[in-house]
Amino acid sequence: MALLTKILILDDDEEILALFQKLLSQHVTASAGVLTANSGQRALGLLESEQIGLMIVDLNLPRMDGLQVISIVRRKYPQTRLVVLTSLHDEQFRARAYALGVDQYWLKPETDMETGMFLESMEALMRREAQVGFRGVQNKSLGDIIQIECLAQSTSVLKITHGTTEARLWLSRGEVVDAQTGELKGEEAFQKILSWTEGTFESLPGDESHTRTIFVSVQGLLLNSAQAFDEAIQEQVASGAEATPQGPRPPALSGLSGYVGVECAVVQDASTGQSEDHWGIHDPKSISDWAHQSMKDFRSLGERLKVGEIRRVLCAGNERKFAISPVGTRDVCVGFQSRLGLTEVRDILRTILTQWAS
Amino acid sequence: MGLLSFIPFLNRKTDTDLFRLPSGSFTVDPNGVVVSSTLPQSFPQAHVRDIARCVMSCFKRAQQNRIQISEVHLHFSTLKITAREMKGSAMIFVTPTSLEESSY
Repeated sequence: MALLTKILILDDDEEILALFQKLLSQHVTASAGVLTANSGQRALGLLESEQIGLMIVDLNLPRMDGLQVISIVRRKYPQTRLVVLTSLHDEQFRARAYALGVDQYWLKPETDMETGMFLESMEALMRREAQVGFRGVQNKSLGDIIQIECLAQSTSVLKITHGTTEARLWLSRGEVVDAQTGELKGEEAFQKILSWTEGTFESLPGDESHTRTIFVSVQGLLLNSAQAFDEAIQEQVASGAEATPQGPRPPALSGLSGYVGVECAVVQDASTGQSEDHWGIHDPKSISDWAHQSMKDFRSLGERLKVGEIRRVLCAGNERKFAISPVGTRDVCVGFQSRLGLTEVRDILRTILTQWAS
Repeated sequence: MGLLSFIPFLNRKTDTDLFRLPSGSFTVDPNGVVVSSTLPQSFPQAHVRDIARCVMSCFKRAQQNRIQISEVHLHFSTLKITAREMKGSAMIFVTPTSLEESSY
């Protein structure tokens, strides 16, 4: 049986704390208890000493505000589910909270019906936590995850994100019934998705009524994928290319010459700044140093302002335009002809990254 | 002091650090000092200085590495910062964005 975890409510209003502690204790059965904290510091202390599965956070708090708390908790306790419960009717705070990684954003309920919906949702979150047992599967291929879901006879939709590409797999009673990514559908989409070696996934509620397009068993699908993968490796070896067993590497940068207006590119490790590959530049060090230090500053600025991740940087000069974007653990910096507009630069970068991801 | 300020409920002050992301612009001199600003006072000055420092460092570092740039656009998940370099000084624009706008 899965170990039940506790719920922690953080709010500076003692009456709210008492009310929701009582309501959650009564209605959320899949928890080992409900704790309260009236300050961010106290909540962080409790997170260190207790098994907290779900944390409910108000945003408007004295000293350390809710967004600061969320940012710390998301980094230190990635397995803890985070829910905002606030009276701030403000779309901007909602966006910022989601950008920092909260699971749900709720306005404080004002009617019995809203309270009921909130409690049901918390129950569902805790139940999922208790059933699944853990989050953040590491070192597991997508094939492993699909097999686990199928063995559990799940009916769910797996939402898979790989770079900038998204995909969905429909599972019904332990069988893969459909897949979709971009314009691909069915088995073709499944093979494409299986070729991805990194990304994130999310299990969404199932859809029994979804039209079935895949009639091959899971084992058959996985075997076909494995065969296609082996053939691709053999082709690479036969053509003299090096196999890349340590996850996806950016394809040869020289391929960028096919894009109109692209002049040069540098790929570097985002944490160390070490250049991994470059194209179109005799000495990549100057661009690499500048891009790495700038991205380091911008990431740190984003954390201090609590505005989410840096998604891209566009720079314009008379001689050249640059676009820098994080790709997994790397940063890619692409140089463009200065005649291109920034919108064109953004669109070309987007195309490059999408192709890269697939 | 107005009459309303005597009523404790209406005058209740919160010492929260929570702030809305502002929309506006400011200028900084070559030393990174904020010269003028249209940003609301509710946006902490420390953050304005942080933005200025980051942007000016980016321009300076580019210059040191002989990379010629005069404009930088930073796209965060919920904020866009645009900076234009003007003979060592810079004009910086700050605009909040929704998650949909900031995604590709």
